[in-house]
Amino acid sequence: MTAAIVGIGATDFSKDSGRSELQLAAEAVRAALQDAGLEPSDVDGLVSFTMDTNAEIAVARELGIPELTFFSRVHYGGGAACATVQQAAMAVETGAAKVVVCYRAFNERSGHRFGQVQTAAAVNIDNSWSYPMGLGTPAAMVAMFARRYMHEYGATSEDFGRIAVIDRKHAATNPHAWFHNRPITLDDHQASRWISEPLRLLDCCQETDGGVAIVVTSPERARDLPNKPAHIKAATQGSSVDQFTMTSYYRDDLTRLPEMGVVARGLWEKSGIGPSDVDVAVLYDHFTPFVLVQLEELGFCGRGEAKDFVASGALELDGTLPLNPHGGQLGEAYLHGMNGIAEGVRQVRGTAVNQVAEVNHVLVTAGTGVPTSGLVLADSIESVRP
Amino acid sequence: MIDIEKEAARIAEQGESAPRLARDPVNLPMINNWLEALGDRHPGYTEVAPPAMVQVWTMGGLHGQRTLDDPLGAMMKILDEAGFTSVVATNSDQTYHRYLRVGEHLSVTSTLEDVTGPKKTALGEGWFVTTRSTWYVGDEPVAEMRFRVLKFRPAEKAVQQPEAPKAQAIRPSINRDTEYFWDGCREGELRIQRCGGCGLLRHPPGPMCPECGATKPKYLVSDGRGVVYSYVVHHHPQVPGKQTPFVVALVELDEGVRMLGELDGEPSIGLPVEVVFTKVDDELTMPSWRPRADR
Repeated sequence: MTAAIVGIGATDFSKDSGRSELQLAAEAVRAALQDAGLEPSDVDGLVSFTMDTNAEIAVARELGIPELTFFSRVHYGGGAACATVQQAAMAVETGAAKVVVCYRAFNERSGHRFGQVQTAAAVNIDNSWSYPMGLGTPAAMVAMFARRYMHEYGATSEDFGRIAVIDRKHAATNPHAWFHNRPITLDDHQASRWISEPLRLLDCCQETDGGVAIVVTSPERARDLPNKPAHIKAATQGSSVDQFTMTSYYRDDLTRLPEMGVVARGLWEKSGIGPSDVDVAVLYDHFTPFVLVQLEELGFCGRGEAKDFVASGALELDGTLPLNPHGGQLGEAYLHGMNGIAEGVRQVRGTAVNQVAEVNHVLVTAGTGVPTSGLVLADSIESVRP
Repeated sequence: MIDIEKEAARIAEQGESAPRLARDPVNLPMINNWLEALGDRHPGYTEVAPPAMVQVWTMGGLHGQRTLDDPLGAMMKILDEAGFTSVVATNSDQTYHRYLRVGEHLSVTSTLEDVTGPKKTALGEGWFVTTRSTWYVGDEPVAEMRFRVLKFRPAEKAVQQPEAPKAQAIRPSINRDTEYFWDGCREGELRIQRCGGCGLLRHPPGPMCPECGATKPKYLVSDGRGVVYSYVVHHHPQVPGKQTPFVVALVELDEGVRMLGELDGEPSIGLPVEVVFTKVDDELTMPSWRPRADR
């Protein structure tokens, strides 16, 4: 694609923001524009999640954005994250808009908590095959996949726990992370209480109040702006056969995330790079088991081999595939994947707190268990390694 | 330490208990009460009793005491002392030799036939106790019963969660694509959508067959049997209408489709289960799973 991320912005990440979701959105967008060296009047496009409560026009009013020629929403919860950037990039490429801001803001801890049973969601006819049966939280829905994955591949709770330990280790040195200075051990993970067996508390991401915004424009415009642009080498969405939201239990194989397989194929094809070219992986980590499955779907290791890949140390900052250097959603904050995109941009710029050396390509993925999306960010338009 | 098998052998050796006489002879008022209670409108029971009433005639009444030589009572006492304090009746097979006439006075004897265990069951570890009773009119045997109970040690209940009170259970949304399923549950049938065109079985259902495009779905009635494909044991947070921890199982039915439901029992992948229907109210009956007795 020929579009780039030129600005990122965020509020503080907290458990009780003390302000409205619209204020969080407006603060994040303003911060991102400031970072980009742009004014609200430069913005003519806005994209968010269908789940976001902040209308594009409301955000535009607060920021004083006078006119919009493109506004769009993406469905399926956290699966929307990278797709907002795809929407923005497509708008820029086609001329639908010149500067598009993607945003997500919520009081997800002090207000409407996703970790609680979403009684209202049972109105959805698809959910009538799960919620009334007692399967009413994201953790429980992922646990159903995780149990089968353990059964087929011999993975254990400790294998899931290693993801949490890595995320928390990275968060411990990130001052913006909720869990700054609070690393955990595998024993801590094993001692944490059951949420929905086989998932423990420390397999589950945080619940967070906050907002994140991302500014997208053309590479030409980017040249005149202060930051090193993060070029969007590839962006794609993915949905697969017999797809449900969180409960795709009726496919032959329950150990996979074929919608992420669709994303992987699209990203490698469009970007011209492969798994071995990825310098940093920002993988969606609302629940640890799906990080293992993603590693397999994206081609970093074979089926069922993720536990060994993780145990090998590959995901450490000095490993072959540094994972979530900001601490991910388990360690930094749960911003529905948008904070992961911001980290991808920092890694490309070379400004991250846990900066990986010589970053040419960052892979970012969005929500798992749902129709999803992904991005390959690069330090230059041409950057494909020889 | 009580040697249950040895105690069982001792009681079995005592053989048949002394005949115990029924409180009243076979009588019309009790027959009529029984017919009314069971909703049996058969007009033929004016001079003979319904055969299935046989056990009624020798019941002890509200304040009945077991006789000292009653083998079931003796065996229960031993199992109580060994910690198997709960009881559930599991089988009752009766054989009737002839109708019992009004005015006949029955007596009953019992022997201990078999004690097996300890067995691990969904309720807890326990012993199956089988007795054999014979009813007589004078010296003539008129009916027999083989009766089996499970005396068990109740499985340890998890510590109660000090969380939110039980709210009303989440109800399904039902539309014209899915109502056949919920109608079936109300009638005690587990229905699987079957394409009216190509016969494809599909769950969850939908209005158009993804194989052949037909829009006239029918259904078949499942045998309601399958195996656990995956499961979760849910602890937190509280779920309206459920008591944590509870199990939700994804079951692969024998017909080939998968279906979610709560499982009442110790879960494991591959566990054979069968459907159970629980009436919530006049509109809603929920399907769930229990381990199969014949597994």
